[in-house]
Amino acid sequence: MEVLKIATAGSVDDGKSTLIGRILYDTKSLTSDKLKAIEDKSEQLGYDYLDFSLATDGLMAEREQGITIDVAHIYFSTKKKSYIIADTPGHVEYTRNMVTGASTSQASIVLIDARKGVIEQTNRHFFINNLLRIKDVVVAINKMDLVDYSEEVYNKIKADFTELMSKRDYQDQKITFIPVSALKGDNVVNKSNEMPWYKGEALLEHLEQLDKADIFNSGTPRFPVQYVIRPKTEEFHDYRGYAGKVYGGDLSVGDDIIVLPSKTRSKIKDIYFYDEKYETASRRSSVTITLENDINVSRGDMIVKENDIPTIDKQFTANVCWMDTDQLTPGGKYIIQHGVNKVLAKVDRINHKINPDYSGFEKNVTGLNINDIASVSFKLNKPIFYDQFKNHRTNGSFIIIDPQSNNTVGAGFIQ
Amino acid sequence: MKKDTSNINSLENEAIYIMREVAAQFEKPVLLFSGGKDSITLVRLAVKAFYPAKVPFPLLHIDTGHNFPETIEFRDRLCKELGLELIVRNVQDSIDEGKVKEESGRYASRNMLQTTTLLDALEEFKFDAAIGGARRDEEKARAKERIFSVRDDFGQWDEKNQRPELFDMLNGSINHGQNVRVFPISNWTELDVWSYIEKENIEIPSIYFAHKRKVFLRDGMIWSAEDDVVYRDENEEVIEKMVRFRTVGDMSCTAAVYSDAVSISKVVEEIRDSTISERGARIDDKRSEGAMEKRKQQGYF
Ligand SMILES: Nc1nc2c(ncn2[C@@H]2O[C@H](COP(=O)(O)OP(=O)(O)OP(=O)(O)O)[C@@H](O)[C@H]2O)c(=O)[nH]1
Ligand SMILES: [Mg+2]
Repeated sequence: MEVLKIATAGSVDDGKSTLIGRILYDTKSLTSDKLKAIEDKSEQLGYDYLDFSLATDGLMAEREQGITIDVAHIYFSTKKKSYIIADTPGHVEYTRNMVTGASTSQASIVLIDARKGVIEQTNRHFFINNLLRIKDVVVAINKMDLVDYSEEVYNKIKADFTELMSKRDYQDQKITFIPVSALKGDNVVNKSNEMPWYKGEALLEHLEQLDKADIFNSGTPRFPVQYVIRPKTEEFHDYRGYAGKVYGGDLSVGDDIIVLPSKTRSKIKDIYFYDEKYETASRRSSVTITLENDINVSRGDMIVKENDIPTIDKQFTANVCWMDTDQLTPGGKYIIQHGVNKVLAKVDRINHKINPDYSGFEKNVTGLNINDIASVSFKLNKPIFYDQFKNHRTNGSFIIIDPQSNNTVGAGFIQ
Repeated sequence: MKKDTSNINSLENEAIYIMREVAAQFEKPVLLFSGGKDSITLVRLAVKAFYPAKVPFPLLHIDTGHNFPETIEFRDRLCKELGLELIVRNVQDSIDEGKVKEESGRYASRNMLQTTTLLDALEEFKFDAAIGGARRDEEKARAKERIFSVRDDFGQWDEKNQRPELFDMLNGSINHGQNVRVFPISNWTELDVWSYIEKENIEIPSIYFAHKRKVFLRDGMIWSAEDDVVYRDENEEVIEKMVRFRTVGDMSCTAAVYSDAVSISKVVEEIRDSTISERGARIDDKRSEGAMEKRKQQGYF
């Protein structure tokens, strides 16, 4: 059974948490004690309906304010798939948490309040989804119950959104429109009787039939060495294993490889997963590799196929989502964590800020504020081995760490 | 071919990756071991992550003194068999030293008291990362937790100001005095854990399986009457029933469930069909609506 990771997106109060709660309810994934807790709390708050957002808004502050502050990860499964849904906050202030939720997802649901239509925050979240190259996006036009399930309203929003789509960078992103009422359950798990004009699938039906090829990005194999295993026991006296996760594509025994940055050549001798040997390590598996030659490999090095080498450079340009209240300014010094590799970096220049409402670029920017997205060039103290984000989701992304606070203050996607 | 197609394989790969990040990024990590199924699963994952080398960190057990005897016995045997280093710190000592006060009355539990003992132990050994078996599906506040969760000097969780955690890049950089709680099985559900235990043929303490036990009923829950840890009113009648435990926390706050599941495959079946959550049998979560969040803010696991 495949796991599908999905993130929600959309402005505050568009109904993201309610939608997830509804999915859980209609798929009977809420256990009786959790359902009871929702019933009790809804009653206590004086509602005459079940407030499904209570299923995911788990922090006290969230329940009091009725908004989502941080990502909640919710799990459920059907006969076909296991799902992990990241319920992200809609509020601008918590955009960093939205990016967090979206970064690990393969599909995304962008909600729009049918009464409000496409608004700035819809643009921003769609932009981020596109920037992150999420392959399958569902645009759920929600609260249809409040607009009399009107086809006109739906068509108008669809047209507005379609116009946005023409401006996006990643054109292959698949977009599906579904009119729903999260609160009433129309077209969420079950097809609605209220909207006979809608001939498409209900939301869950759509998710159920998404195929691996639809949603999983692939690329060329990259093996960043996480940890060197040297048992130094009698039995494994000369054993030198390189532990890590395979990204992008598969690696096999006998493959001719190069270790970066030393550019030493070797061959893959054995692939271990625990105490068993395998011929091939498929992508996303955490294996241990041994090489034919006794060469010096340490954490942060990368093993790649001889004929498939990434860019090795001490500078690059990337789209950056800035997530800190302190500004990012030219000359600023940070730590860049690229996979398991950490290097010192200096902001060379801010090329331009990108208006996430698709209204264009802003040049001559002196600094980035929290939630800004911009093209930034960096200089590094030593080379890293990267791919463009559009070709390799893992090897083309990085996080920015503030060396003083040690906090993660930004995320970047290499151009 | 090492395949990563199934749910459980991808969860295992993710957890092994996290274990290795901990070993690489921290100076002195420790694995918090409770003797429960989640921490037993963690041990298995740690063994797999570093094979054929030894697990590069010790285990720490915060003993409330109210553990099921079966779990303690199991713990000692497991560590011996796998050659793991075990550190035990006792809540009783914290009580004797006057650092915490024993609760009294009907719902008295040592569950809250463990936090102090835990924080003291982390400080005593200067552990900078503590690996735990918490899962996001357990409880609504836990659903909000990061995989690398930074705690301040007082072990506190700042839930409204968590570090962004993107892709699978884990930022383990910390300031002096901070430490990190690490949750490698964050994305596992209860059923995933049980399926894994079945698939890997992992041994677990006997109380997880259905057995005859002297119990009494209170508030619609089933409490063990075999030890005098759980406070029982005179009028609360002791009966014998086939029960098992879904979690093995402190005896005083862990209720049993009726069950006929005597084997691991039966347990998996039972969990799959269950309509009540695992924490439904934990009285500590029922103290108030935000009980877990409050405990976490104070440094609880
Ligand atoms: N009538 C109606 N109300 C809805 C629907 N979906 C959500 N709501 C209501 O809209 C309000 C906001 O819903 P939430 O689910 O909390 O919104 P959200 O998108 O998660 O908000 P944030 O997480 O704070 O960004 C609640 O009062 C819901 O009951 C719907 O389909 N119809
Ligand atoms: Mg919400």
